[in-house]
Amino acid sequence: MTLGAWLHLIRPGDVLVALAGLGVCAQAVLLLWQGGAPDGVVVRAGGKVFAELDLSRRRIVEVPGPLGLTRIEIEPGRARVAADPGPRQYCVRQGWLSRAGAVAICAPNQVSLTLTGRGADYDALNY
Amino acid sequence: MTRSTIELAPSVEDHRIARHAAAAIVLTVAEAAIPLPLPGVKPGLANIVTLIVLARWGWREAVWVALLRVFAGSLLLGQFLAPGFFLSLSGAIASLVVLGLAVHLPRRWFGPVSHSILAAFAHIGAQLVVARLWLVPHDGVFYLTPVFAAAAVVFGLVNGLVAARLLAELAAAERAAALPRA
Repeated sequence: MTLGAWLHLIRPGDVLVALAGLGVCAQAVLLLWQGGAPDGVVVRAGGKVFAELDLSRRRIVEVPGPLGLTRIEIEPGRARVAADPGPRQYCVRQGWLSRAGAVAICAPNQVSLTLTGRGADYDALNY
Repeated sequence: MTRSTIELAPSVEDHRIARHAAAAIVLTVAEAAIPLPLPGVKPGLANIVTLIVLARWGWREAVWVALLRVFAGSLLLGQFLAPGFFLSLSGAIASLVVLGLAVHLPRRWFGPVSHSILAAFAHIGAQLVVARLWLVPHDGVFYLTPVFAAAAVVFGLVNGLVAARLLAELAAAERAAALPRA
């Protein structure tokens, strides 16, 4: 049986139903599998919000702290602490953050970088 | 002593239901031998029989065939009253309800393929609800919904096409049989 003969069995409404089914699949993917995607970043310095930015384009933010400048690099969908004057460099070595709720904390310089978004892994962090 | 016998005279309809249910049960058992990547994702080949019965003999007979298939199939597989049985029963009931509505769609536009896809969605929908309420009381069960939905489209389409083709061949065979012999 040729492909054409199989296609002959499909009626116009069937195509609509199949497309609607695929639409449901796509909706389900968007709704259920995008939970970890971040939509913005919050930079705090000395416990206060220094900047709230979106993750749509590349940019560099320099945040002053007691030890000096912490340089934060933002790219579409991810962000990192590129340089920090702290002695142990934990926040720099965390690398790129790309999930909602991810946090990099440069404690010596009192700077933190948080990714925000729906479906974040944590509601709040206390330190 | 008087002989007391209870006679059950099966009607033509009973024979037909039994034949179709037997075919559906065979498909259920055969399908159980196919290894599946995910629990819950399976072709549901027995539903081809349900679709054919629905199109040729109506919704009431389709209900009989589908429910007999669920009960007898689970007995044969040792699944009767196990969680899997309740999942397939709930899926079967939901898809029968949807099929009962879908047969009233205009026949010119919506064929067995539509019926099959709609029933497949009803099937996974009911199974997810039962699984969420009873088996896994956590929203985590919904995480795989996109996979189940994709399976519903693919297997619904394939089963619907097979049913449509078998219906076309049955109709052709009947036309040939009805022709006066030369």
